[in-house]
Amino acid sequence: MARLVGMTLNGRARVDAVPDNLLLLDYLRETLGLTGTKTGCDGGECGACTVLVDDRPRLSCLTLAAAMDGRRVDTVESLGRDGRLSAVQRGFHEKLGSQCGYCTPGFIMASAGLLRRNPRPSEDEIRAALGSNICRCTGYVKIIEAVKYAADLHAAGTSP
Amino acid sequence: MNEIAPARNIGGYVPMIDGPEKVSGRAKYTADLLAPGMLAGRIYRSPYSHAEIIEVDVSQALRLPGVKAVVTGADCKETFGVLPIARSEHPLARDKVRYRGEPVAAVAAIDDATARQALALIRLGVRELPAFYTSGAAIAPGATQLHAHRPNNIERDVLFELGSVDEGFRAADLVREASYDCAEVCQNQMEMHAAVADYDVERDRMTVHASTQVPYYVHLMLARILGMDISRIRVVKPHVGGGFGCRTETLNVELIAALLARRAGGCVRMVTNREETFITHRGRPQTDIRLKLGMRRDGRITAVECECYQRGGAHSGYGVVTILYAGSMLYAIYDLHNVKYVGKRVLTNTPPCGAFRGHGTVDIRFAFESLLDEMAHELGLDPIAVRRANYLAAPTFTDNDLMVNSYGLPQCVDWVERASGWKARKGRLGKDGQGRRRGLGFACSHYISGASKPVNWTGEPHATVKIKLDFDGSIVVLSGAADIGQGSTTILAQTVGEVLGLELARVRVVTGDSEVVPKDNGSYSSRVTFMVGNAAIDAAQNLKRVLVAAAARRLDARPEEVECLGEIYRAGAQDKGLTFSEVVTEALKDTGTLTVTGNYSTIPESHGGKKYRGAAIGGTMGYSYSAQVVEVSVDEDTGVVSVDKVWVAHDCGKALNRLTVEGQVQGSVWMGMGQAMSEETAYHDGLLITGNMLDYRVPTIEDSPPIEVAIVESNDPHGPFGAKEAGEGSLAAFLPALTNAVADAIGVRFNELPVTPDRVFAALEKRRRGRNGRNGRRSESGSASRSESSRVA
Repeated sequence: MARLVGMTLNGRARVDAVPDNLLLLDYLRETLGLTGTKTGCDGGECGACTVLVDDRPRLSCLTLAAAMDGRRVDTVESLGRDGRLSAVQRGFHEKLGSQCGYCTPGFIMASAGLLRRNPRPSEDEIRAALGSNICRCTGYVKIIEAVKYAADLHAAGTSP
Repeated sequence: MNEIAPARNIGGYVPMIDGPEKVSGRAKYTADLLAPGMLAGRIYRSPYSHAEIIEVDVSQALRLPGVKAVVTGADCKETFGVLPIARSEHPLARDKVRYRGEPVAAVAAIDDATARQALALIRLGVRELPAFYTSGAAIAPGATQLHAHRPNNIERDVLFELGSVDEGFRAADLVREASYDCAEVCQNQMEMHAAVADYDVERDRMTVHASTQVPYYVHLMLARILGMDISRIRVVKPHVGGGFGCRTETLNVELIAALLARRAGGCVRMVTNREETFITHRGRPQTDIRLKLGMRRDGRITAVECECYQRGGAHSGYGVVTILYAGSMLYAIYDLHNVKYVGKRVLTNTPPCGAFRGHGTVDIRFAFESLLDEMAHELGLDPIAVRRANYLAAPTFTDNDLMVNSYGLPQCVDWVERASGWKARKGRLGKDGQGRRRGLGFACSHYISGASKPVNWTGEPHATVKIKLDFDGSIVVLSGAADIGQGSTTILAQTVGEVLGLELARVRVVTGDSEVVPKDNGSYSSRVTFMVGNAAIDAAQNLKRVLVAAAARRLDARPEEVECLGEIYRAGAQDKGLTFSEVVTEALKDTGTLTVTGNYSTIPESHGGKKYRGAAIGGTMGYSYSAQVVEVSVDEDTGVVSVDKVWVAHDCGKALNRLTVEGQVQGSVWMGMGQAMSEETAYHDGLLITGNMLDYRVPTIEDSPPIEVAIVESNDPHGPFGAKEAGEGSLAAFLPALTNAVADAIGVRFNELPVTPDRVFAALEKRRRGRNGRNGRRSESGSASRSESSRVA
């Protein structure tokens, strides 16, 4: 069965007929071609597919697309303004919070969610907010630096 | 004077030039490639560990509506494998299956759900055979052979003795021997394996996009497996989500996708799930090591005897090379004589192992640095002093003919000793506020900057880079070097920009498409910065020569009078000179679009020796060195070990990009931490039971310590701007530094990895009951030194 689902995706309202069993992850990637959101595991292990639902980080691989009716969904493609990187994106780029880049969209969305609710997080708060995202390249050291730097940029007026 | 402007691109903190794509979600990885009409590929895998195949019945699967192609072992009789001497593997099993999860058949269907349904309709008929899951069981007399050509299930036997270990042990004041058991670990890179194969029926051409570290090997193996002329194949490497060695070899995934695409006459996307990515494996083998060292009272090592068994899995893969590295890389870090090595690579009914970051060196280094630490304590010596007593004096050749030109290990050791407060703190940390016992551990490691002899020796240079210059004045670097996240694309832009004195904004790098870029031997054994970097310098110098000659013509000067300032070329300081675009216009006048070539080849002295069979393995142009101090706290009630801080110094010759060197070193240390503390594949009757990231425990950000990096620059005489490798050499030292730190904290030495809370707790329980456990073996040899014995309540 499919049903009509209306959501605000990356700032734009859309209505699609969505099968009941379609995961939000597959809806984004396979149906819409928004491949910035990554698949890294077989379900809920790695955080690569993290998106924001009403500003809260959420694993799109454990979320049904049909459950997003009336919700606001933001993916990595929504960040930045006028072609400029957002504060979190700039942090991950300039501080090398991203090496191979595969886990990066998930980390960036989890970090953006953190900064939206807590613009000046402590290091412990950063660790707690990113605790369900796995990175295999960085050892996380530069990810923490990236988020701290992003918080500074955000405080100076850059969108998170 | 053709001197370039002062360094502008080398040695700074340079963000990766492909970073904006990665942080914005625009970077395309193989699984992100979508095309209308694309078919979904799925693999049917063996549920048996070892069996003769009697029948693979795919008739029902073929009849399922929506199924476009089914292939089995009957469709391809060719074998593949990274080593020309050891190609025993079929993309889809024929005659026999040798591990649970080995591909047997594959389906391409209109969508993934249909492909999965089709897999359920495939019937595999077999006659089961006895299966062997440990090295010991596989080589026991009477064990069934996995491969007809490998008696006793031994893929490769290595034996050498250089000098005399008998004499060496006689010269020692202390001889100790210990056994070590390192669990099998898997790269578990974030991107699961994927391939998109597109077969053009009309033109008989195959295009494969693959998540690979070596597009060239994929290209070679596709031609072999498909039986196609190699000129009809094109391989593209999109962004790759990590590799750490598992993608050095061509994997069955890309080969099966191509077989399906040809059968279906179309485009097939094959994306494996996480469990299948684990089963595809190519990780570090479970390794049993027996190590015996002789040491004089002053810490000098007099003899080394090492026996190493690697449980290699069901196919050779890189196995021969791995078991050889484990022996040869005993050398080139300390001044060793009288070394005997016995290595056995064993075939078992488990997924095939491969070349995991630090290839072949890591488990051996764990054993070596652990025993050094233990013996240092027994002799009442500072473990750091023991290393100092055994330094090499570069330039030199080791007893197994490895060429060592630059050697920054002493500087690495000095830095971590100072930064960690070693002298004041070692053995004196006591308990923290929560009652956890704290300790410091030290160890060293090293690695190669590319193998001096490539696996596929063709007579070509080791690396070739092209630069294209056209009317627009942009510098387009063409290279086959595979950026897998380590930043090789950025290094290419930096080196070319540096030689030409140009900002990175003018330089673009094109990689990854066999139709466009020169062949490269690939991203493995930390060869790219060294070899491709040197080729890029050569190409840029060749281009500069052309530009200087053009400027000389316009300026009516001799070329040697022309000064290149990057954006300005002038003859004499008073001359206002020519802009870069004026020089380009002049340079293109006769020839049109310019392409120049740069090459690099290793020198024969670096090729290793011939003193035993396989002695060339380990030869490189430059070794990196690393020293580490790890600080831990151990909760004796729960067995949980926390790493509180790591100090690491890495000799990379010269940091071309400090940002990415730091990132590589931190990543290596952390990956070593995973192996040391939590990562371990496990099987039940050959069935992988850790095929996910919850059971295969990767450290999270909450488990991970601050890692302070010092870069030591020994300026290698052959390295590009003096550089050597940075991405692997710091992994191995973490493992022994951790167990040495745990021994410092609680007086228990762990010779079995990983050091999980269960193992720590069990060892402490045994000690509480007054017995010595196997891995919680309290060093009877007296390594419970003064400080330790005072702390052990």
